[in-house]
Amino acid sequence: MSRKSNLTLIVMGLWVLALALAPSLLGNYEVRIAISIAMFTALALSWNIIGGFTGYPSFSTAAFYGIGCYVGALAQRSGVPAALAWVAAAAFVGGVSFALGAIVLRLKGHYFAIGSIALVDISRLVISSWGSVTGGGNGLNVPLLEGRPPEVSALVLYVMLGIMVLAFVTNVIVDRTRLGFGLRCIDQNEDAADMVGIDTTRYKIAAFVLSAIFPGAVGAVYASWVGYIDPTDSFDILTTVKVPVMAMLGGAGTLLGPVVGAFSFVMLEEIFWANFLEWNRAIMGAIVVVLIFFLPGGILRLDWKRILRRLSDRSKARSTDKGSAKE
Amino acid sequence: MGFAQILANGVVLGTLYACIAIGFSLVWGVLNVINMLHGSFIVLGGYLTYFAWASTGISPVIILPVVAVALFVLGYALQYLFINKVVTAPVLTTLTLTFGLDMILYNLMTVFFTATPRRVSLDYGRIDALGVSMPVDRLIGMGLALVLTGLLFLVLKTSRIGRAIVAVRMDREAAALMGIRVNHIYATTFAIAALMAGAAGAVFAMVFPVTTNLSGVFLGKAFVICVIGGLGGVSGALVGGLALGIIESFAGVIVGPQNAITIGFLIMLFLLIVRPTGLVGVKGYE
Amino acid sequence: MSAILELSNVSRQFGGIKALNDVSFSLHEGEIVALIGPNGAGKTTLVNAITGVHSPSSGKVVFKGEDVTKQKPFQAARRGLARTFQIVQPFPRMTVVENVAASALFGGNPESIAAARDRAMEELEFVGLGHVAETPASSLTLPNRKRLELAKSLAMGPKVLLLDEVNAGLNATEIDVALDLIRRIAARGVSILIIEHLMKVVLSLSSRVLVLHHGELIAEGPPQEMVHDRKVIEAYLGPKFAERFQKEMADG
Repeated sequence: MSRKSNLTLIVMGLWVLALALAPSLLGNYEVRIAISIAMFTALALSWNIIGGFTGYPSFSTAAFYGIGCYVGALAQRSGVPAALAWVAAAAFVGGVSFALGAIVLRLKGHYFAIGSIALVDISRLVISSWGSVTGGGNGLNVPLLEGRPPEVSALVLYVMLGIMVLAFVTNVIVDRTRLGFGLRCIDQNEDAADMVGIDTTRYKIAAFVLSAIFPGAVGAVYASWVGYIDPTDSFDILTTVKVPVMAMLGGAGTLLGPVVGAFSFVMLEEIFWANFLEWNRAIMGAIVVVLIFFLPGGILRLDWKRILRRLSDRSKARSTDKGSAKE
Repeated sequence: MGFAQILANGVVLGTLYACIAIGFSLVWGVLNVINMLHGSFIVLGGYLTYFAWASTGISPVIILPVVAVALFVLGYALQYLFINKVVTAPVLTTLTLTFGLDMILYNLMTVFFTATPRRVSLDYGRIDALGVSMPVDRLIGMGLALVLTGLLFLVLKTSRIGRAIVAVRMDREAAALMGIRVNHIYATTFAIAALMAGAAGAVFAMVFPVTTNLSGVFLGKAFVICVIGGLGGVSGALVGGLALGIIESFAGVIVGPQNAITIGFLIMLFLLIVRPTGLVGVKGYE
Repeated sequence: MSAILELSNVSRQFGGIKALNDVSFSLHEGEIVALIGPNGAGKTTLVNAITGVHSPSSGKVVFKGEDVTKQKPFQAARRGLARTFQIVQPFPRMTVVENVAASALFGGNPESIAAARDRAMEELEFVGLGHVAETPASSLTLPNRKRLELAKSLAMGPKVLLLDEVNAGLNATEIDVALDLIRRIAARGVSILIIEHLMKVVLSLSSRVLVLHHGELIAEGPPQEMVHDRKVIEAYLGPKFAERFQKEMADG
């Protein structure tokens, strides 16, 4: 068991290294993709804690991300240095998710799903109607990071990678400690978890908060990078569903699943954006449908050996068929 | 604006809302699926009605049943081919699948219909009575919404298929043991929900402009109405729809139209916590 | 003997229905007490009221001298007030030993997950499930699931164990094994309140019997006395079963 998890850590380490080398080896376009990968990996890993380990169908990611965007932007506009603004955003979102978690985590199943989506809508509506502070529907300009564009991209990439690594380490720690054990129990049978002495309310809130702080930070960094945010983009319903889809694509509840899933999804999206701009959304939808039907456990849970064996069996069978036809 | 006027606006809006939410409520209650396609079904109904009206000039009241039947067929096919395969899976799976299907439908609509707001403009003037002024087309819309809701109520109450749907909603296993083909009922329920969504879209297009961007708004309304009214079938949707319409109408005057929507969501969140079965809902759906 | 668990005037209402009405009794250290009563008498409700699943509407539950009336189920488990379920509640996608380790980890007080696992293995050996420790919990047979429930409760190191029909659905041989197991649990110094329908189990295990009917405690005393008690026979057994039961008694 420990050998396997060490392998996981090595694979992840190499992957982080590969992404970090992008600015020195590749062009601007590739660096942008690397940032996207790091960003969505961090989001998918965060979701994994509440959605994967705990089994709560949370669609709140965009709420945390969006609040992070705005807190970071507002802090920076009032003169707080960028790095501090990012940390503040993470902390603020952590606090908000603690309060909201105490409310929505009393719900289960479909009601929790709806409640968690409602958090995204409510956050967006509050931000867009609070125009005096947030600029309302017109959005906000955020002070740009100083430096030449390639330097800024590299900096953003390293920061996003940092958040991604933190999110991953959090997943590893959760996985190996009693928190993760308790969350898995809650996933499988919440009543029984209560009966064996797990303070389910506290555990669920802890999972919810852990799944919120990194998206908060990601949002704030993103806001500094692009220099402009508005409510529609910050609290996008697509983001909030895309992130769980990424985690499920790789394998929800595993450590590397969200990493593999986010990478695959971003690459697919990139290919389709470039070639079929008009049909992008439909193609993404088709990927979701295929995922649900053909990859229900995610890429990592596929029995690769069996698939290879079956493929080779089939090709063997074909060659023997041909052989017998000749005779 | 006087009290009567605000109330009247709320009631008209509320009946339309009921019509919007009823199919969503039916699918949630019977199939235990949160149907993310619902908003796009409504938009599709609205667009089809608009384009049929714009190209032929036939009265939308005649086009409506045709559009409704088309949506019925689409709904049956989608449920039978896709959703039925995962209907017993956890909410994460079913919700994600319907969201994926919705992305496809949404994309198809933006390509073929573009996102331009479309409205069937029937200029019938206004009626003034009892200090309330109301455009006639809105009254027609309200009338149609009530007729549709009433028809669905009758179907569920009296027809064979309706009784079977209610039976499956109450207890799937028992219904199956009594010889009801549950899969067929699921597909039919989903189809009826799509039909109601299409019809609601047609009605909506006669009153307000319809655009693809509204699909998320319609879906949000359906969430709120279902939680306010509960999943009790027709009565729940009617109570929830009217409640939301009237709340939004008054809140719009007091705190501004933008905040009115927020208040709807906040009420929903509050009710989710204190009374997840809704005001007239039945217990036992999770 | 001092009372380890004491209920005074416990009532529980669901809407207008009184599922428990003014129930008072105490359980002493090292004692096995049987709780009997017809279906719907409120036996499981009583266990739920003690363990905080449905806290009492009124009255008091005192455990080891501490008022625990308003406790949550997880607090009951941590305090050493464990229970089993009529319908077994395993974590289906975990192995048998992981199931028990969860109880040991959260309900007991081990130093690490590894220590919880060791503790779980001990309890699995104790209940006779050592050989299936690494199989998935969902693949167990019914008697083994019941034993898993016992192992889970024991792993928390309970002072009091509430057994809700642990023998339901078992055949005669399996019941004998279960009886032996319950005696060995009691020998470890665990006080047991056992809900039971089988008179054989009640008579052979318990030193005292509580009879619940319509949410009220109608009789209390030694098992031999209880089965001949006029009130109990009428209320609990009914005329038909009373006859059958008395015949059984006569047969030995």
